[in-house]
Amino acid sequence: MTSLGKDLLALERLSAEQISLVLDTAGPFKEISERAIKKVPTLRGATIVNLFFEPSTRTRISFEFAEKRMSADTVNVATAGSSVTKGETLVDTARNLEAMRIDMVVIRHTSSGAAQFLAERIESNVINAGDGTHEHPTQGLLDILTLRDRWGTLTGKRVCICGDVLHSRVARSNIWGLTKLGAEVAVCGPRSLLPSAIADLGVTVFDRIEAAIEWADALNVLRLQLERMLGGFIPSLREYNRVFGVTRERLERAPRDIIIMHPGPMNRGVEIDSDVADGPHSVILDQVTNGVAIRMAVLYLLAGNPPGLADAAKGAV
Amino acid sequence: MASTRSVVLDAKALARTLSRMADEIVERNEGTEGLVLVGIQRRGVQVADRLAAVIANREGVQVPRGALDITLYRDDLQTVGPRPVVGRTDIPVSIDDRRVVIVDDVLFTGRTIRAALNELADFGRAARVSLAVVIDRGGRELPIHPDVVGKHLDVPGGARVDVLVKEVDGRDEVIVQEAPGA
Amino acid sequence: MSPRDVLLTGGRLLDPSSGLDAVGDLLLSGGKIEAVGGRVGRPDGAEVVDCAGLVVAPGLVDVHCHLREPGREDVETIATGARAAAAGGFTAVCAMPNTDPVTDNQAAVGFVLEQGRAARAARVHPIGAISIGQAGERLAEFGEMVGAGAVAVSDDGKPVVSSQLMRTALEYARTFDIPVADHCEDPTLAAGGAMNEGVVSARMGLRGIPSEAEEIMAIRDILLARRTGGHVHLCHMSTKGSVELIRWGKERGIRVTAEACPHHLSLTEEAVEGYDTHAKMNPPLRTAADVEALRDAVRDGTIDLLATDHAPHHNDEKQRAFADAPNGIVGLETALAVNLTWLVKPGIIGLGTLVERMSCAPARIFRLPGGTLRRGAVADVTVFDAGSEWNVDPASFLTKGRNTPYRGMTLTGRARYTVVGGTLVFRAG
Repeated sequence: MTSLGKDLLALERLSAEQISLVLDTAGPFKEISERAIKKVPTLRGATIVNLFFEPSTRTRISFEFAEKRMSADTVNVATAGSSVTKGETLVDTARNLEAMRIDMVVIRHTSSGAAQFLAERIESNVINAGDGTHEHPTQGLLDILTLRDRWGTLTGKRVCICGDVLHSRVARSNIWGLTKLGAEVAVCGPRSLLPSAIADLGVTVFDRIEAAIEWADALNVLRLQLERMLGGFIPSLREYNRVFGVTRERLERAPRDIIIMHPGPMNRGVEIDSDVADGPHSVILDQVTNGVAIRMAVLYLLAGNPPGLADAAKGAV
Repeated sequence: MASTRSVVLDAKALARTLSRMADEIVERNEGTEGLVLVGIQRRGVQVADRLAAVIANREGVQVPRGALDITLYRDDLQTVGPRPVVGRTDIPVSIDDRRVVIVDDVLFTGRTIRAALNELADFGRAARVSLAVVIDRGGRELPIHPDVVGKHLDVPGGARVDVLVKEVDGRDEVIVQEAPGA
Repeated sequence: MSPRDVLLTGGRLLDPSSGLDAVGDLLLSGGKIEAVGGRVGRPDGAEVVDCAGLVVAPGLVDVHCHLREPGREDVETIATGARAAAAGGFTAVCAMPNTDPVTDNQAAVGFVLEQGRAARAARVHPIGAISIGQAGERLAEFGEMVGAGAVAVSDDGKPVVSSQLMRTALEYARTFDIPVADHCEDPTLAAGGAMNEGVVSARMGLRGIPSEAEEIMAIRDILLARRTGGHVHLCHMSTKGSVELIRWGKERGIRVTAEACPHHLSLTEEAVEGYDTHAKMNPPLRTAADVEALRDAVRDGTIDLLATDHAPHHNDEKQRAFADAPNGIVGLETALAVNLTWLVKPGIIGLGTLVERMSCAPARIFRLPGGTLRRGAVADVTVFDAGSEWNVDPASFLTKGRNTPYRGMTLTGRARYTVVGGTLVFRAG
């Protein structure tokens, strides 16, 4: 029987069966959010810490809803006002959590590998809510669920991830998850925002957004952060929109209807135009809805799994 | 050692039982007004469908039906190992002030019904909730009592009682499998 | 007072500097090598060490290590570093100047030398800074530092960013005939990098350091050595491209020498998988193709010598998320075994070449005593077992550092006796 193991750290480590298990489990959880009383007692008595070393309103709220709808007791620890800013190391944080008998930890951190670092040091289940520029597995899962809801299957479908792949944890989780479930994946963006070895990850690379649009069944448009311009990766946001922006004019020339996704928060008028984001092919709000269901499913599938299961699951992959 | 396997109800007998249960449900609820049948996943759902079909036949009324998956309300999730698959819960009508009949295949410890009652309460405040089961095999661990019973069976704790339905299992039958050595 | 005579009997005397490779005795007397080869009668009072089955070689010399004193005595002191060196078979080490304060003046050089002498283990040769405070702006006083005992200059830990400063350093160093050792790294290309740039960094979401960050500085230094006639020594070379550039320079008679480290000859970027901070170093572990090119270069002499880049860190500092952890690993106590395991055992180089790259060449290139078993030379000798296997347990290290990627691995070969100036400073327990 498929198990997720102790932690959810990266989609790169999951098998197609494990990914499908989460997607299948998320289905029934969607219904719970439609009820008058949006709450099931499944995680009653479980304590979950949302450990956010980096601000993230959306992801944290989504996890918090998921946890509360499962009746878990939650504590939010954000960088501001926590001992993290007082120089406490991740190791100390881990030891303290352990001492407080926490059942699960949801961690967002600025450093790649931070979730794994924590998972290796505590017995509690660890969910990676984004580590540096590595992975954001629950976002990847909800993106894939959104596409699967639309298409029924991912096999043979073409998904292009557009924008700042270099700094994107969402991109990596999408690449692994989608390819494992049989989709073809491409990336498109200025080469200065793509890892130089990106093609070795098994994806097609498009230099022009027009070519990507001609090829794709869906575009997952990444947020372009203002810091990238300041960091010298691109000359200006204006030019980025001119050359790489997903605009209605460009989409109208597509040979087929293209599903538009965006992990949010959006920079309207930079990587995506408003009439695309709000247009008929946008599934951006479905992504948000699915986010809660995916996170409930992950909580359900991980809760209480002992460390041994993780090894067994790794061995099974 | 092979377990002994015996058929308690065959297809015909099961049909007769369900037919009587349907009558009893209507009788106990003084008609079909405000009646809702809620089957517990998995086979309680099919049993509820059969009961509704009988009622439709007799009374000419389509009683609303719902499905309840109680997995997320179980009290033993931390101990069951790999997570059970979560099924569909679908209560298509409001249950406020209705007469809800929970339908399940086999009543044993009563824990499933406890979970179902809790889950149902999250959907509204029913005027009355009653319980209909095809088989009551005894062995209760909670103060739960069925209102409508197809058949009482006295079987040892280790035995398995299965209500098979055509939609899922390919045939209608109630079987008992005694545990080896029991 | 001269030490007691030491007679090493029946070992395989292996000294590429004199073309010696024969079983025989070695007599050390008055701090010098007194007799080499054949059977030597035991002088009165001499300590006799049975070296049958062991290799007796000129003492190993490490031209690149970080002993952290002054400034980070919690991590390493000159004494613990010198003892760790002796335990690893080194009779001499060169201490890089990136301490706090920086070894950029006569007094600081004298301090390192004094602490080294007091340790009574491996010799400690100070390397002075190229620029004051290693700030990359004004030249330090090479003459004063050499006068106090510095054997080279380097801003290691950091590159010499200014090409003009590097040019001046190479020109100015000619007077004192010392190598200018450079840490080759273009800081703008390497900025924020935590590992090699490639497919593994792309997967792990870590900022990569491209090989060009090293190669651009390597060729700049080579070209400046050509312009100035100075001796440039390129530290810890890690890429295939660097090897090609050094080869290019040597073919043209440019005074360039180069070192490689055991870790770059044995491990690849794959060791970083799992975000193991013990595999985090600068330059980073590279690809299998780079390792192969470096091994070839060690064999053909393009890489002149092997150095450890021993860099102890506190365990707390390594117990961090990968990008936040410091660069570097300890190497003094594993270097010989790693080189034997990954270079000699698979037949890439012979034992003679190993001794040349770990002893003769570093002594010759940095103009240090030792590196030879010729009669009359200083009695710096390493006796090692080339074949025995052992398990790396950092807890047993003499260095204060525990940061090694070889933890738990089984390595082949280990120092048995280390003799410095005729005194046995280490014997394996």
